[in-house]
Amino acid sequence: MNNNNLLEIKNLTIQYKTDNGLVHAVNDLSLSLEKGESLGLVGETGAGKTTTALGIMNLVPDPPGIIVGGEIQFEGRDLLKLNKQDMRKVRGEKISMVFQDPMTSLNPVMTVGKQIAESISIHESLSRKEAERRAVDVLEMVGIPGERFNEYPHQFSGGMRQRVVIAIALACRPDLLIADEPTTALDVTIQAQVLDLISNLKNEQQTSLILITHDLGVVAEICEKVAIMYAGRLVEYGTLGDIYNHTRHPYSIGLFSSIPSVDGDEKRLTPIPGLMPDPINLPEGCSFWPRCNRATEECKKAVPALTESEPGHWVRCFHAGLEGSSYKNDASNKNETSKQDDTSKKNDASRKGPQTHAEYADTESACKFLGSLVSE
Amino acid sequence: MSRTSSKHKKTAKNQASGTGYWANAWFRLKKNKGAMISLAVLILMVLIAIFADIVSPYPYDLQNADHAFQTPSKQHLLGTDNFGRDILSRIIHGGRISLLVGFSSIIFAIILGGLLGALSGYYAGAVDNIIMRSMDILMAIPGMLLAITLAAAFEPGLNNVIIAIGVAEVPIYARVIRSSVLTIKGQEFIEAAESIGASDARIILRHIIPNCMAPIIVQATLGMAGAILSVAALSFLGLGIQPPTPEWGSMLANVRQHLTTYPHMAVFPGLAIMITIFALNILGDGLRDALDPRLKN
Repeated sequence: MNNNNLLEIKNLTIQYKTDNGLVHAVNDLSLSLEKGESLGLVGETGAGKTTTALGIMNLVPDPPGIIVGGEIQFEGRDLLKLNKQDMRKVRGEKISMVFQDPMTSLNPVMTVGKQIAESISIHESLSRKEAERRAVDVLEMVGIPGERFNEYPHQFSGGMRQRVVIAIALACRPDLLIADEPTTALDVTIQAQVLDLISNLKNEQQTSLILITHDLGVVAEICEKVAIMYAGRLVEYGTLGDIYNHTRHPYSIGLFSSIPSVDGDEKRLTPIPGLMPDPINLPEGCSFWPRCNRATEECKKAVPALTESEPGHWVRCFHAGLEGSSYKNDASNKNETSKQDDTSKKNDASRKGPQTHAEYADTESACKFLGSLVSE
Repeated sequence: MSRTSSKHKKTAKNQASGTGYWANAWFRLKKNKGAMISLAVLILMVLIAIFADIVSPYPYDLQNADHAFQTPSKQHLLGTDNFGRDILSRIIHGGRISLLVGFSSIIFAIILGGLLGALSGYYAGAVDNIIMRSMDILMAIPGMLLAITLAAAFEPGLNNVIIAIGVAEVPIYARVIRSSVLTIKGQEFIEAAESIGASDARIILRHIIPNCMAPIIVQATLGMAGAILSVAALSFLGLGIQPPTPEWGSMLANVRQHLTTYPHMAVFPGLAIMITIFALNILGDGLRDALDPRLKN
């Protein structure tokens, strides 16, 4: 184990027991995070991102959720083995979480100041006055004037509320901040502000960050490492450069081709065909094979192992060597029987699509460019 | 920065000093004339009950055989009873008991029922089953019958009457609070509170209970009316407050033999009960409208 690692997740498996069957939410997930590092956890809805985050906090709703196996090493302790009291001391003080929707993650009948002070007074034995004074400081740190201490959440706009949520999470200067889609519920202009705030505070406080999102642009803006999840499994993991410029897993490639590019005049986007498999009965073998254009008999039989394709860049695919092939041909092949006219249009479009990884770099820069536009 | 603060001032003005949820509810309640009149009537009754010794024209137990069975006159505004006691004074003193019993039995029921309801809603599973099934058993027994049984089992007295009436009300509050806890427990801010390391007790007391005050308050005003009726009924049956202490229900009970000849003896205590319950019900209705966030104007 690397001693610089703040967090090390090994073979984490989380399932939900429902009446319809066993939901395999997170399967055999291993991750590590160094001090001060930020990791983007990317995936579609239902890929198990939030469950992973709740697993780290040991807050998986039980019932129906059960952490079946694995370890979560944090500062040398296995969080899954801690008792309730010890885990409470970790939550909020060492690891905090920012939730997706600031409209619902604040208590409507408690002033924002008191909510921040609460987080401080749980973990530090301070007088109420002292805790409230600290809370005013934290409020100002996230850019809200201290005189709004005594106001209620409904008096704040969405972006301001998310700032309050961030203030609560950072009040005790945690070592790890988990942000679960912190900008999904916000306007685009506010998104950039909140992201800026998170990345500034992270740098100031030397906090490590796990950013859960399905927005690859957001990841490019803040994160150093990226992990892509699919159906509860990690499919690709590496540095920002690895993932954006040397995309290897067919699913990741699909994700990138689903983003509209600003400078290319694409007529249509190329989504990944099909849907995420039902987590109750995942396909045997690689869970992506039914949607994958590289799938072979091998993929249907065994789950590929996470292998290091270059130092620090891990991919879970038997065919990771084939870089950057696209979905477009595959998609149009399926339509062969349809009207001739239609097919030719599709083939036309496919020629224009981002087929080489050089163009993914463009996507990244386009995202950054968009981000900078927005923050101005 | 300056822009934010000016915007802030504007919102503050719009929301009547910006004190939030409860201020808004009070603002809405103020617009309901019926509820405000009821509130005034109730406050007046409470004040009269508190200052009963000063307000009442005669001591409640002063007997005067010469003046028995008098109809309302200048001397005795509401007449006198069979012992020549002044009915107005007895109603004023009786209000003390009725309001006290109504109020404290409901507080008793809220605390006990609230605790049970919050525990069963929050922990769910086996705890929920055990608590709620015992509540179901309690609920299967008619409330009045339960109160009568309890009052008869213990010796009559103020405290026992309060407990007897309170116990019968417990399951209602347990149910109301359990259901609000269930809705609030699933909300994200509870998860957020867990994520900052708050203990179960803190989450229940500081985050869940304050958020389910609205249904509790409404249920309590309506329940108080019921409790006042129950104490009147218990006293009517001789199981409640013992003479010579006046109580609206026992005053009614005393009139039984004289009802046809001296109906005024029954009319005035009956009116007192009616007005109080009517006011409580109207206020409860008004509170329900004022506290329902969906009815925000």
